[in-house]
Amino acid sequence: MPEATLTGVERIAVAFEAARSEGRAALMPYMMAGFPDHESSLAIAAAYADSGADLIELGVPFSDPLADGPTIHAAATAALGAGATLGSALEVCGSVSDRLPVVLMAYVNMVLAHGGAAEFARRAAAAGAAGAIVPDLPLGEAEEVRAALAAAGLALVPLVAPTTPPERRARICAVARGFVYVVSTVGTTGERAELPAALADLVAATKAESEVPVAVGFGISTPEQAAEVGRVADGAIVGSRLVRAAAEAGSPEAAAEAVGAFLRETRVALAG
Amino acid sequence: MSAVEERFGPYGGRYVPETLIAALDELTDAWAQARDDDAFGERLAQLHRDFIGRPTPLYRAGRLSERVGRTVYLKREDLAHTGAHKINNAIGQGLLAQRMGKLRVIAETGAGQHGVATATVCALLGLECVVYMGTEDIRRQRPNVERMGLLGAEVVPVEAGARTLKEAVSAAIRDWVANVETTHYVIGSVVGPAPFPALVRDLQRVIGDEAREQALAAEGALPARLIACVGGGSNSIGIFTPFVADEEVALIGVEAAGEGLESGRHGASLLAGRTGVLHGSLSAVIADEEGQILEAHSVSAGLDYPGVGPEHAQLRDSGRATYTAVTDAAALAAFGELSRLEGIVPALEPSHAIAWLLENGGGEGYDVLCLSGRGDKDLAEVMELTGA
Repeated sequence: MPEATLTGVERIAVAFEAARSEGRAALMPYMMAGFPDHESSLAIAAAYADSGADLIELGVPFSDPLADGPTIHAAATAALGAGATLGSALEVCGSVSDRLPVVLMAYVNMVLAHGGAAEFARRAAAAGAAGAIVPDLPLGEAEEVRAALAAAGLALVPLVAPTTPPERRARICAVARGFVYVVSTVGTTGERAELPAALADLVAATKAESEVPVAVGFGISTPEQAAEVGRVADGAIVGSRLVRAAAEAGSPEAAAEAVGAFLRETRVALAG
Repeated sequence: MSAVEERFGPYGGRYVPETLIAALDELTDAWAQARDDDAFGERLAQLHRDFIGRPTPLYRAGRLSERVGRTVYLKREDLAHTGAHKINNAIGQGLLAQRMGKLRVIAETGAGQHGVATATVCALLGLECVVYMGTEDIRRQRPNVERMGLLGAEVVPVEAGARTLKEAVSAAIRDWVANVETTHYVIGSVVGPAPFPALVRDLQRVIGDEAREQALAAEGALPARLIACVGGGSNSIGIFTPFVADEEVALIGVEAAGEGLESGRHGASLLAGRTGVLHGSLSAVIADEEGQILEAHSVSAGLDYPGVGPEHAQLRDSGRATYTAVTDAAALAAFGELSRLEGIVPALEPSHAIAWLLENGGGEGYDVLCLSGRGDKDLAEVMELTGA
């Protein structure tokens, strides 16, 4: 298995390249570790791998997720209530990380509270993670965590927002590893009926400045919206829509079936 | 033009979503320019005098002094318009919002004092005002909710978590993330991402600047001790700041011990917390070993917060300030005692500072205690708790 010898950064690059060679954008579904419970989240991770995901964004539950809207906030609260920890989230990561790259979505308190950034990077790497997105660690605060992850071969994936000035966006792209995460809209995570008209320009400008792929997240709620994003970006991230599907399912099997059906449909739309 | 601090030792910073960074840069620049702008300073000074009623008195509390065996002055922020020090910050940030052309203002509130102050300033300046407030605080601070409505503000109830100040701040930050291009967030204390801790301190140091001049005029010497309650920490930073260089003046911050520090139900981030990130800055937070933020507890809504301003964490580490804590029961007793001794009904927040003083009397020199707000808002809650 050649991936075993690759670093996390390299595995992310391979995944995007594989999608590109098929003439489509990469599909990156988000899930909350431990939601609705640990068993279900293991089943959901496996369903993602079975149903066409190229990478997985795995949320580590945190009590005060400021970048998240009501759906993911509620999922984090429920996961913590069901006993989720960083350790149990890394178990979910480890259950699927030999099949496709897993990028952790962890708030900075989760990164710092467990013995510091280097220890977090060590544990993430041991669980097979390929990188991390830290949504409350903007450029200017991120150097130490970026270096700690890099030392373990992991990518710190930075975010670019519609409000980011062009000069700052170029500096973010210059230090990006893995991919650049473009936030589609001014706001928190959550389903939206329409994506902003200016998104294509933002993605084009970011791609012009970035040597790594550019993926878009926040607000992508339908296969059609994913396809719309896929025409301009290298990857599409679907979060709240899938978390809602998991919330509405009554069992681990039903959750896996619901998210799998949505992903298969989205994967077809992306290839369209 | 002097720099607006981002860090206080290792503490502070900007741990927020990228979407907010441009607005924080804009706010930093706006404040750096405004505080050096004579016209802005004159407008602020005029509103301090004619609208807030500054300077607030430094009152020699005779019967309280007798009770504790040393001279005590109260800095009467309870006499500021709207009944607490919160107006000092709200008025400065309201002017700043106007200067930046942001005509929609949001705020969070715990005890309701900051919400009322912000609603008042928005009425004064003709700004739209939305205040986030936990439903538990809405229950225990009903008169302030009614005042905000009267002043034309929209109060948005927050149901998440323990339905208190922490969740109200989170809800306000999420609103700001979504509306950052048109909206200014008037944060109520020396917390949050840079530049807020420095900005709010700069706007609250008027308490200490006045107190220093008044104390020197009254006693011809600096006080031996300054005493103030610490929740987020804005009244305490405000009175401490002009005295930090006076090494002979002890700075004493009193946190909420709630049902006791060992009970786990308290608001004492500095005494019993860990280093972590809450609401955009690195500081002392009440969190578990997993890094999850825990619910604070205090009888006083304004101290019921699991974080504290980053500059306080630095003052704690350097030893320049000393932090201590007082239980709900002691604060409730002090609430009644000051009312009967001086004819002044204090808010439950500074009742914590009074309670510490009652236990730590005698000795050389004299004290200045920041009476940060009046207690009218707390009457119903105190009556219910004490069965009076």
